[in-house]
Amino acid sequence: METKLLEVKNLKTHFNTERGRVTAVDGVFFTVYAGETVGVVGESGCGKSVTAESILRLLDEKSTEYEGEILYKGKNLLTSTINDMQSVRGNDISMIFQDPMSSLNPVYTVGNQIVESIMLHQNVNKKEAYEKATEMLRLTGIPSPEKRIHEYPHELSGGMRQRVMIAMALSCQPKLLIADEPTTALDVTTQSQILDLINELKVKFNMGTVMITHDLGVVAEVCTKVVVMYLGQVIEEADVRSLFSSPYHPYTDGLLKSIPQLTGDRSKKLHVIEGKVPTLHQIPKGCRFAPRCAFASEKCHEEMPELAQADHSRKVRCWHYKEIFQAGEEGPYVSAADSY
Amino acid sequence: MKGYILKRLLSLIPVLFVVAVVVFLIIHITPGDPASVMLGPEASPREVAELREELGLNLPLYQQFTSWLAGVVQGDFGWSIFMNEPVLQSFFSHLGPTLSLAIFAQLLAVVLAIPFGVIAAKRRGTIIDQTFMGGSLIGISVPSFLLGLLLILLFAVQLRWLPVAGYKPLDAGFFLHIRYLILPAIALGAMQAALIARMTRSSMLDILNANYIKTARSKGLKEKIIIYKHALRNAFIPILTVIGQTFGTLVAGAAVVETVFNIPGIGQLIVNSVERRDFAVIQGTILLVAISYVLINLVVDLLYGVIDPRVRLNRK
Repeated sequence: METKLLEVKNLKTHFNTERGRVTAVDGVFFTVYAGETVGVVGESGCGKSVTAESILRLLDEKSTEYEGEILYKGKNLLTSTINDMQSVRGNDISMIFQDPMSSLNPVYTVGNQIVESIMLHQNVNKKEAYEKATEMLRLTGIPSPEKRIHEYPHELSGGMRQRVMIAMALSCQPKLLIADEPTTALDVTTQSQILDLINELKVKFNMGTVMITHDLGVVAEVCTKVVVMYLGQVIEEADVRSLFSSPYHPYTDGLLKSIPQLTGDRSKKLHVIEGKVPTLHQIPKGCRFAPRCAFASEKCHEEMPELAQADHSRKVRCWHYKEIFQAGEEGPYVSAADSY
Repeated sequence: MKGYILKRLLSLIPVLFVVAVVVFLIIHITPGDPASVMLGPEASPREVAELREELGLNLPLYQQFTSWLAGVVQGDFGWSIFMNEPVLQSFFSHLGPTLSLAIFAQLLAVVLAIPFGVIAAKRRGTIIDQTFMGGSLIGISVPSFLLGLLLILLFAVQLRWLPVAGYKPLDAGFFLHIRYLILPAIALGAMQAALIARMTRSSMLDILNANYIKTARSKGLKEKIIIYKHALRNAFIPILTVIGQTFGTLVAGAAVVETVFNIPGIGQLIVNSVERRDFAVIQGTILLVAISYVLINLVVDLLYGVIDPRVRLNRK
């Protein structure tokens, strides 16, 4: 049952820009097993989306350099030929994007766009492909799919378009789905419908899923495992329960404390993590979080910690997590996980 | 759809009225008397005065205008005093060469410019891109008459591959027809090609960054399909605008090239008629050119809907 689908090992993504070389992703590790949902969380600009797009190598290769390994079923995608990549994309690994409004081509019907994907990867004729596409649209809960299939993206609502994107992404039964903030652009009720849908189809097709998000609520709802990113690096990896109940890294701790609570004292100000995320041009020498960390020591400012095994299922990138964790009170975040 | 076209056609009336007034005024304010031109330098003042009376040139300007306009509305564009035939007839007998030339030049421009623009966009920043864009800058800057003369010098005089000038109608055989049109079409189309290529490049660069291009790539589509199916159709709206505009100027701009290559088209008709002070022909022809210009733009507007469903009018 436990098939290792995807393994990202020390991924680094560099961009050669006019203002010099920028490393947007600098040390990302995680593993996805079949049927598992891995959440990748972090604030804007931490490299979540770049990580997602690196997996399928969607970034402009003229100005992008990758390092490390991305193993899909043991095969390194970063060294695959472009032809091999094209047969992996949409067929083995699919992707859903953040903004359904602009992710569908406005000049073709949604049916055309789904059928295109089916006919590319499967040996079917046009009629069969259209039947299959209608079936997929029905599966995603679009009412009267046989009519909708002939409509253009601008005739559908945002939620509908994201369903179309999901239908398109899943039309070839991929083993792995990468969802890059699939609900960010949608309103709250649609959000939960889309999340439920992804979850449901994940179980149905036994897919591995990578859920990129900045919303810890989404993580609590759908993920089994969480990877927390800060400034291009993975700083903590844990199963979702342990992460919410006892975060090891001070940054994760800060993130969880910043979630507004529905219950409790309303006059209390919301917790904020002091300071700002540095830009990629001024990355700290030691631990990247050190300038904003209350526990930072001399060592933190000088030496970068590696992502190390903390206990059997958890990893953390921090010199002092043991002391901090023992000193800090335990427990209050369990309620955070439960309140979703 | 039909209602829209009708509305658009009706909205052309004020535009054409203004064109008519301006053309009429410019011609009548310009010095030069058609009667004395017609009769030649040896005519006596009395004869000239008689002819002026006969042509109605002594009437007040507004009366001349209204009587001309009344005719135009009924499809009578006047009588050419020089060629002694209806203006419409001289217009249509000169339309063929101009239309042939304009279509050929436009076709040449589109067929060359779009692939060049696409390739430049795909390889932006490379030496290929810079070469194409540098070339297009030359295309924009070199005036068509100069280019025409240079082409004649090289291909007709030096190499003797193509005829120096002249025009053969389509009846004389398709290849002969095209042979005579190649040089003028290049001279005329170079600038349009340059404009279209630049527009294609910038429009494609825009579109290639769009999210749906990333989606297309994430589906595993080949780069060719992404560019020619997904990107180009979206990039085509601004390109089409340029094509529409340049086609209009082709008809008008043909005058210079027609003169250089001695092609009996509309441009030559207008130029010659101005020299002859053949008022009716000038007014009528310019008005007809204006009508075709606005009609072409209407067609372009309708074509937007064919390319982009978001601007389609006949909603279900």
